[in-house]
Amino acid sequence: MAETIINVVLFSMLVLTALALVRMERLFTIVMLAGVFSLLAAMLFVTLDAVDVAFTEAAVGAGVSTVLYLGTIALTARGCKPSVRPSTVPLLVCIITGAVLIWGTLDMPNFGDAEAPAEVHVAQYYLTESVKEIDVPNVVTSILASYRGFDTLGEVAVIFAAGVGVLLIISRMPGQGRRKDKEDS
Amino acid sequence: MTTGDNELMIEFLLGHINYWLFVVLMMTGLYIVIVRGNYVKKIVGLNIFQTAVFMFYISIGKITGGTAPIFPTDSQGRIRPDPDIVYSNPLPHVLILTAIVVGIATTALGLALIVRIREEYNTIEEDDVLEIETKLAEQENRIHGFGPGGGA
Repeated sequence: MAETIINVVLFSMLVLTALALVRMERLFTIVMLAGVFSLLAAMLFVTLDAVDVAFTEAAVGAGVSTVLYLGTIALTARGCKPSVRPSTVPLLVCIITGAVLIWGTLDMPNFGDAEAPAEVHVAQYYLTESVKEIDVPNVVTSILASYRGFDTLGEVAVIFAAGVGVLLIISRMPGQGRRKDKEDS
Repeated sequence: MTTGDNELMIEFLLGHINYWLFVVLMMTGLYIVIVRGNYVKKIVGLNIFQTAVFMFYISIGKITGGTAPIFPTDSQGRIRPDPDIVYSNPLPHVLILTAIVVGIATTALGLALIVRIREEYNTIEEDDVLEIETKLAEQENRIHGFGPGGGA
């Protein structure tokens, strides 16, 4: 029961942080609040038994991405203009989509149900057989590196592609100057 | 309504509140992405959207009374499986671990694009970029005409 209360309180704090982000105008505040959001998410992952995910979220979400955001706002701008767009239609779209999604959750199995379809399929195999087959105490590690190794290979390919993409976008290639430079010369 | 009905109702509420909070979180992210014109804020909104999906997956994998899927070991480091321990589903953890790392890669790519947009347009507001683009297109239309192949 205590676990459920902690879970609901943490999740509500996460939602409140996200709602507070909607109205913010200063980019520095937004970035810091995004860091708080990631740390809260990491805490929630711990209560949901996903310790490896919590590690990664704290390191990547609150650490690396905050640094990237700070670098970006240092290179670009500190504030954002207050929104002048009409917000009724987007709000309506979000509420309708949310309502449909909630309607879809109504026939889902209860949270924490050990008999739910997601738990009785291949997860049981991993939990019983990975000791014999892989011999690593952490089941997440044995799935990540062995059973679903090709997934991880694909992940590495994505990171490589993104890294190359970032380098190509940031570094200006010869002959591909700014529009203004061309007009000047 | 009898007490039995009430208990069932509370069980249903507690059993689904995680999913509902996930929907609220996801829609908040979507709203930020649609309404706010600042590109950095849009990326933050996308990250919120993404984290909401992570929460949903991890919530599905949780089992009441379960613990993190790591087997106990003895002092020599040998695994001593204990059949009495209930473990949460490790598969969503693996999928989300991959998704978080892919997420930071795409975030980095988006932020690099923002830096580049600021170099080109001297602004990171979507409305300003659209205005500049419209002006440029009008100029080019005046030079080349509005016909096919000439319109920008």
